[in-house]
Amino acid sequence: MNELLRRLLFLPEQASEYARQVDALHYFVIVTTMVAAAGVFLAVVYFFVRYRRRGIDDRTPFVHPGFIHEALFVVVPLALFLLWFAIGFPQFVRLSLPPADAMDVYVQGKKWMWKFAYPGGPSSIDTLRVPANRPVRLLITSRDVIHSLYVPALRLKMDALPGRYTQSWFEADRPGRYEIFCAEYCGTGHSAMLGELVVMPEAEFDRWVAEQRRSELVASAQDAATPADRVLPAGNLVEQGRRVASEQGCMKCHSVDGSRHIGPTWVDLYQRREKLKDGTTVVADEAYLTKSMMDPAAQLVDGYQNVMPTYQGKLTPPEVAALVEYIKSLRTQVVRSGPSEGPAYESIPRR
Amino acid sequence: MNPSPAGEASGSMHFVTDQNGYFADNYLVKPATGLRSWLYTLDHKRIGVMYLVGVSIAFALGGFFAMLIRLELLTPGPTVMDAMTYNRVFTLHGVVMIFLFMIPAIPSGFGNFFLPIMLGAKDVAFPRLNLLSWYLYLLGAAIAIYGMVYGGTDTGWTFYTPYSTTTATKVVPVLLGAFVIGFSSILTGLNFIVTTHTMRAPGLTWGRLPLFIWGIYATSVIQILATPVVGMTLLLVAVENAFGWGIFDPARGGDPVLFQHFFWFYSHPAVYIMILPAMAVISEVVCAFSRKNIFGYKAVAYSSLGIAFVGFFTWGHHLFVSGQSVVDGGIFGVLTMFVGIFTAIKVFNWTATLYKGSVAFTTPFAYFVGFLFFLVFGGMTGVALATLSLDVHWHDTYFVVAHFHFIMVGATVMGFLAALHYWLPKITGRMYSEGWGLVAAVMIVLGFNFTFIPQFLLGNMGMPRRYYSYPEKFWALNVASTAGASVLALGLVIVLVYTLVAIRWGPIAGRNPWNSRGFEWMTPSPPPVENFEKPPVFTHGPHEYTDEDPAFPAPHLAPEPKHV
Repeated sequence: MNELLRRLLFLPEQASEYARQVDALHYFVIVTTMVAAAGVFLAVVYFFVRYRRRGIDDRTPFVHPGFIHEALFVVVPLALFLLWFAIGFPQFVRLSLPPADAMDVYVQGKKWMWKFAYPGGPSSIDTLRVPANRPVRLLITSRDVIHSLYVPALRLKMDALPGRYTQSWFEADRPGRYEIFCAEYCGTGHSAMLGELVVMPEAEFDRWVAEQRRSELVASAQDAATPADRVLPAGNLVEQGRRVASEQGCMKCHSVDGSRHIGPTWVDLYQRREKLKDGTTVVADEAYLTKSMMDPAAQLVDGYQNVMPTYQGKLTPPEVAALVEYIKSLRTQVVRSGPSEGPAYESIPRR
Repeated sequence: MNPSPAGEASGSMHFVTDQNGYFADNYLVKPATGLRSWLYTLDHKRIGVMYLVGVSIAFALGGFFAMLIRLELLTPGPTVMDAMTYNRVFTLHGVVMIFLFMIPAIPSGFGNFFLPIMLGAKDVAFPRLNLLSWYLYLLGAAIAIYGMVYGGTDTGWTFYTPYSTTTATKVVPVLLGAFVIGFSSILTGLNFIVTTHTMRAPGLTWGRLPLFIWGIYATSVIQILATPVVGMTLLLVAVENAFGWGIFDPARGGDPVLFQHFFWFYSHPAVYIMILPAMAVISEVVCAFSRKNIFGYKAVAYSSLGIAFVGFFTWGHHLFVSGQSVVDGGIFGVLTMFVGIFTAIKVFNWTATLYKGSVAFTTPFAYFVGFLFFLVFGGMTGVALATLSLDVHWHDTYFVVAHFHFIMVGATVMGFLAALHYWLPKITGRMYSEGWGLVAAVMIVLGFNFTFIPQFLLGNMGMPRRYYSYPEKFWALNVASTAGASVLALGLVIVLVYTLVAIRWGPIAGRNPWNSRGFEWMTPSPPPVENFEKPPVFTHGPHEYTDEDPAFPAPHLAPEPKHV
């Protein structure tokens, strides 16, 4: 049944459980639409035949609707629409809340290519490799204009916005190759901004990561890209973040040993609840950290002066990602390499 | 049978004897016929006619660009133009169709002509403002077209930042053009609201207003409240593009998503500026051709206001995948569904109006059926798009393109064509060819379906919109869509041809060829300069067909009724 309807509606393959659930809702919505429309048109045809005009001067009775008619006109579609919503909204919520043990991939759109960087491993252009049956969280940003990462086979789409991070996640369960499109118009190369999602069996993926790390140690030395690209080729985002922090002079004001300086310390900063000048509190997640680099005065931590300059335009998105990843790694308990710490947002329990 | 159009009724008081013929002393010849008398006219009917000519030219131009788009998409790779040209063409298509055609088409064209007549008034409240609004439209159109010819914006009609503030093409003239047209829209809306409040004839209570007035009134409210926001937004983009201020571009400290909120705060209600007038026309047409009072007058009237109101709280459904909070997404999703409810109320009431009626299948009625079909599918897919998880897949794909073309082309253009055929005899005093009318209507409805049903499927497959080239698996459906668009275009050309023929050589229609009891049919065709022979007094609502009505004598002298 699923397969029949999927083909009838021209839907692409379903590479995740989420895709199959969304499609089930899709079928339900289409079937109810067809039934409702058929009802309206049969009524029109019946009335037309039954009450067709007999003379140009026909008299007709003055018909008043009863309250019950108008009530039915409201209640029936409302109930139907709310039922759609009651199924669709929880799916949307689920898509917005990555599980705690998700593997992170940093996604960066730029005219007109996709870059994918793994915190503990390599980076690649236009090809996103992920293991099957493991949740993957995408932290998405853009280097220039707005793009939108679209994987039809996963029924997943999320805008890539310059200057901030958005997130989404998936758990592909069918190894294979799937298309990635850019869905937000971004110029002459928009329709050529294609990528590929490669879902690999888990063991194969782990082998691939290990291999990439080895070869990168060799390759990174020879890589002399443009300044904007300078942090990308090297392997470990945390390592890159440490380098960016020293190059940009972050350490003049922020400490990595827990001591208070001109600015707040970075140790245990990630996920810390910070009290702000205006009395509100904020959780220092990826979004807050990014924003604090771009617009430091906007959400100033209580007890500190507004002395930090903006790094808008001074830091490229990959550098920001590296810095965030570096800050995330500064924990008193354990500093992990490889797949990063828990998600920035509250998680849902996994089955 | 046909009374001769001129000559016989040359005296100024002859209209009584000319009951069912061509009214010679009409607004087309009085006070004068020269070009100057049109350019300086304050007559709402002449301004309405000028608008109709203007929007028809814009429609033809926008349709030409649409055909260029479909031609380019005939093959997966480059077909007839390069990517930059393609991007400019779809921007032109959107800008021309939306700002120059759809927003002014029904309210400024048919609304200007019929709103005062239906109110029993001599003119709108502010005739000079009305003429100013027409010239602002022309000025805005001229600026926008200048920008398109010299520079050619490539941003799409949505002007999303920071693309629009960093692109090398000339965005500013097009933005300023749309900005000026916005003032035209505001002035027209203001004029209609004041006219409806202050110039109703004796006896015309709010409960007796024709439903066309209710729809235009609701539209005017949106025009006044929403248009200033888009004006400010377009100006901000223009300023950022021209002077590099950091408002929307994050590289200069701006916020790119802020633009989307501003933009859709206008542009979503703007969808209702385009569809409410079409619904208003359909409410008149369904009554006239089923010879029945509307089923649920209050429900249809108030649901227009409901759409106008709720329409202001749904803009966030354009931002489900832009990083907007999940809670906001849910709220906007539910609020969007209320628009669907108000639309459903209308659909059911129109359908129920046929019950116990006397239904004639004429060209306007054919467009009513087409309208109903497109509105039901366009509306239900709209609610489906508000079902958040489905939107994630469909967002920015051809599914969305098909959905809004079902509403904006399907429903709005059907409304426009229904109005054109229903009111052509009133505006020009002459009748179109019913046979050609039905042929064209069938071609348009079928061609439209063949154009856009494949696009729904393309969206399901995952083809994003605004794609210059596409993977080969999307090929077949794109060919089908282009084929359908050709049939649609041919149908529209046929309409253009027989309408022009009818205006010049069509048979005399008479005062009331449809034997309709809409208030506008109480005057001669074409109407006199001051609309009525003597100021009308209303004693009942529109479209009551229960008994003989002296205000609407049966058109015994009319040409043979073709719709029996």
